[in-house]
Amino acid sequence: MERVDSVRLAGGVDGAVSAPHGNYRLSHLGALEAQAVHIFREVAAELERPVLLFSGGKDSIVMLHLAKKAFWPGPIPFPVLHVDTGRNFAEVLEFRDRHVAELRVKLLVASVQEDIDAGRTVEDGNAKSRNRLQTPTLLRAIRAGGFDAVFGGARRDEEKARAKERIFSFRDQFGQWDPKNQRPELWDIYNGRHNKGEHIRIFPLSNWTELDVWQYIGDEDIDVPPIYLAHRRKVFERDGMLMASSDHLSPETDEEVFDALVRFRTVGDADCTGCVESRADSIELVIAEVAATRLTERGATRADDRISEAGMEDRKREGYF
Amino acid sequence: MAELLRLATAGSVDDGKSTLIGRLLYDAKGIFEDQLESIRKTSEQRGNPETDLALLTDGLRAEREQGITIDVAYRYFATPRRRFIIADTPGHVEYTRNMVTGASNAHLALILIDARKGVIEQTRRHAFLSSMLGIPHMVVCINKMDLVEWDQDVFEATKAEFMDFASRLNVHDVTFIPISALRGDNVVQRSENLWWYEGSALLTHLESVYIGSDENLIDPRFPVQYVIRTQMGEGPDFRGYAGTVASGVLRPGDEVLVLPSGMVSHIDSIATADGELSEAFPHMAVVITLSDDVAVSRGDVLCRPNNRPSIVTDVESTVCWMDERSALTIGRTYLLKHNTRTVRGAVNTLHYRLEVNGLHRDETAETLGLNEIGRVTFSCTEPLFVDDYSTNRGTGSFIIVDPVTNGTVGAGVIRVMAVAHASPNVVFEGGSLTRERRIAALGTSGATVLFTGLSGSGKSTVAAGVEEAYVTSGRPAFMLDGDNLRHGICGDLGFSEKDRMENVRRAGEVAKMFAESGALALISIISPCSADRRLIRRLHAEAGLPFFEVFMDTPLEECERRDPKGLYVRARAGQIPGFTGIDSEYEVPDDAELVLRPSTGSISEQISLVLSLIEGVLGD
Repeated sequence: MERVDSVRLAGGVDGAVSAPHGNYRLSHLGALEAQAVHIFREVAAELERPVLLFSGGKDSIVMLHLAKKAFWPGPIPFPVLHVDTGRNFAEVLEFRDRHVAELRVKLLVASVQEDIDAGRTVEDGNAKSRNRLQTPTLLRAIRAGGFDAVFGGARRDEEKARAKERIFSFRDQFGQWDPKNQRPELWDIYNGRHNKGEHIRIFPLSNWTELDVWQYIGDEDIDVPPIYLAHRRKVFERDGMLMASSDHLSPETDEEVFDALVRFRTVGDADCTGCVESRADSIELVIAEVAATRLTERGATRADDRISEAGMEDRKREGYF
Repeated sequence: MAELLRLATAGSVDDGKSTLIGRLLYDAKGIFEDQLESIRKTSEQRGNPETDLALLTDGLRAEREQGITIDVAYRYFATPRRRFIIADTPGHVEYTRNMVTGASNAHLALILIDARKGVIEQTRRHAFLSSMLGIPHMVVCINKMDLVEWDQDVFEATKAEFMDFASRLNVHDVTFIPISALRGDNVVQRSENLWWYEGSALLTHLESVYIGSDENLIDPRFPVQYVIRTQMGEGPDFRGYAGTVASGVLRPGDEVLVLPSGMVSHIDSIATADGELSEAFPHMAVVITLSDDVAVSRGDVLCRPNNRPSIVTDVESTVCWMDERSALTIGRTYLLKHNTRTVRGAVNTLHYRLEVNGLHRDETAETLGLNEIGRVTFSCTEPLFVDDYSTNRGTGSFIIVDPVTNGTVGAGVIRVMAVAHASPNVVFEGGSLTRERRIAALGTSGATVLFTGLSGSGKSTVAAGVEEAYVTSGRPAFMLDGDNLRHGICGDLGFSEKDRMENVRRAGEVAKMFAESGALALISIISPCSADRRLIRRLHAEAGLPFFEVFMDTPLEECERRDPKGLYVRARAGQIPGFTGIDSEYEVPDDAELVLRPSTGSISEQISLVLSLIEGVLGD
């Protein structure tokens, strides 16, 4: 390998490493990347059976990219787990399978549908989505796999309960989070100790914002599912959001279906994730759009997060992502 | 490129902290419309006509119900110049551990004072913890200036009150800003109401405060985190040591020493997934390969053969205890996690518990309870490779884990005594004359002023003026001149780098004794290295004595023009090798309490400035 003086680090710009006689400072994306890499290595060194939650969404894609960098030139030393609600966008599933095959990581799928079929989970006929049903399936998969460290792509800028969570977040034997009794977390020293049956949720992207994620995707030239970019699709309006008409969600009689140029800001279940009208058909344009937006990604497009003031806190206590 | 600045705020709703953060976020577009709409609705439901911005940061149900901040919340915003991470931390004493969690990584601590109330216990605790955590910069916002009729006297009085406390801490860079968070005065824009204030608005300050020199780039320390071994096609197996640079700069070809084995090798490459690097500096996560086949594993540290950390089994530390279920107890064993190494350590000695408000030391204490701070020695089963926290945050910190509950029960910052500080088996003789009794009996309290700057910059002239003003008004003062010291106490020293360091150290130690005795010690010494000046500062901070650094920032040309001793002429002629300013570097201080330039004023005006700096803290 050739040794170079100006190396392209995260942030993409040559300025990531400042002038030789200047102050040695990482760019802000370089600092975020280094922190995440440090976290991945710490978990691999100290915990026995890590697993990475992978949905095919942009945050989990970035997480996997960082994991690849953390262990380079070796392989990623843990599998990835997808909690499949059975309501995914087809484009995302297709991307998921291709992506894990390229990275040669092992994909585990925990199916909500199988849990329903086996009678382990009961579907609430009134519930608008299967969002809450993911929790028991996730916890069962964690138990079954004997996982003691579970990487999640949650970011603190997403939601106010998440803004409160530690990077190493302890879960008791029931998978529950106790927000009032979190372990102090200082400097870059993390405490992953736990007893058998308990586990630690790990959030390497804690300090990233939506804009950071997109800039990083742009700088690192990371592949994302096509539904993140503007495309034509049949949609209808519900609760002030644009919903895609699909096998998983059909309009009521009074909801008019029309053709629009849209993109998705988040990728959740097809029956509760809205899209936004957009002309951003390249990563560059997405970055510009995100930089200018005045709405959070969850507020704009997630029916599941509009439950209540403490909706996320309550779901997280139960063991949700 | 945008730089990242991490700042920690502490306080409760009533000092206007949330309002201030809300305003910063709103004006810098860090709040989104749906977030604002959601808290507007909640405020309305509670019959609050104004949108309560505290709801934005208080993310837990219990926090919203009780109207207080319990745990740290992180907020993000950006301006074209910088990216900011705000760790919004609680101010109440019962949540100190959460405050410490949020502040441990901060570049800057933002302290809010209600102008009507002045410095309160919470202010002092926050200032103390920020200083203990070594946060390099501090901004004190004196808020609610609108409620005291924008009165400059209130501002100045609060400032003096704060400095009175802070001068006993290890705080280098403090900026005071009068603001009204509610009305937005001096938050983003300079305020007309505060016309008498000459500094910049808060956001401008946050955007411009210089953080480049905060990192330790001198001492290479690479704690090995994870060993990567893999087969590379046909070639030999790859073996690299992954980790994050704790301090210093590492380059391929550098000779390295592996601790604890003591093996020596060279850095063969600094690898990353994006290619090899020509150097690695603090916070970079890299993979290092060595040119020799030496055994290295997680928990080992790579350093330089002639620049290594202290290898200790007795760890001297200041501990903040964070567990409500059990107290730190002498004789109990805990796990100490330091960098990538975890060792068992028993509490050997609890030297004292520190009462944060008055900085009193309770030497009779036998335990440390929740949120209490004390000086502790741990005896460990295996060595740790440590540096003093004040010079190296990365290798000077550890957490304490309870081996039974697995909880994080405390955090410690490591003290490594300066070179040859105490000869073994010498007990310091304190006698029964306490500092309080001495001050009461003599009517004076001591302090040290260090004048640093090039030869000919005016150090001794100003120091002598201050000495004279003091002595003629009946207060003891004594000048310690670097050159004069060389005739006596430092007569055995030459001009090698090591001897110069020792010269400065002795000046500092002697000054400390003068200050302890109740006199004003005035050191006049070039002291070109910031590390040496920091050492003197630390000696005083540890002894709880006020210390001031005055930087005589006279340009080289002017010093050379003055050339009172004819030294520059000789140095230029090559007769004095290693002369500061000519062929030896002077490291400009960035933490001086006072900077004097020829443009500052006449000699007598400069003397008055130094006097008011000292008197502002000690009183007349």
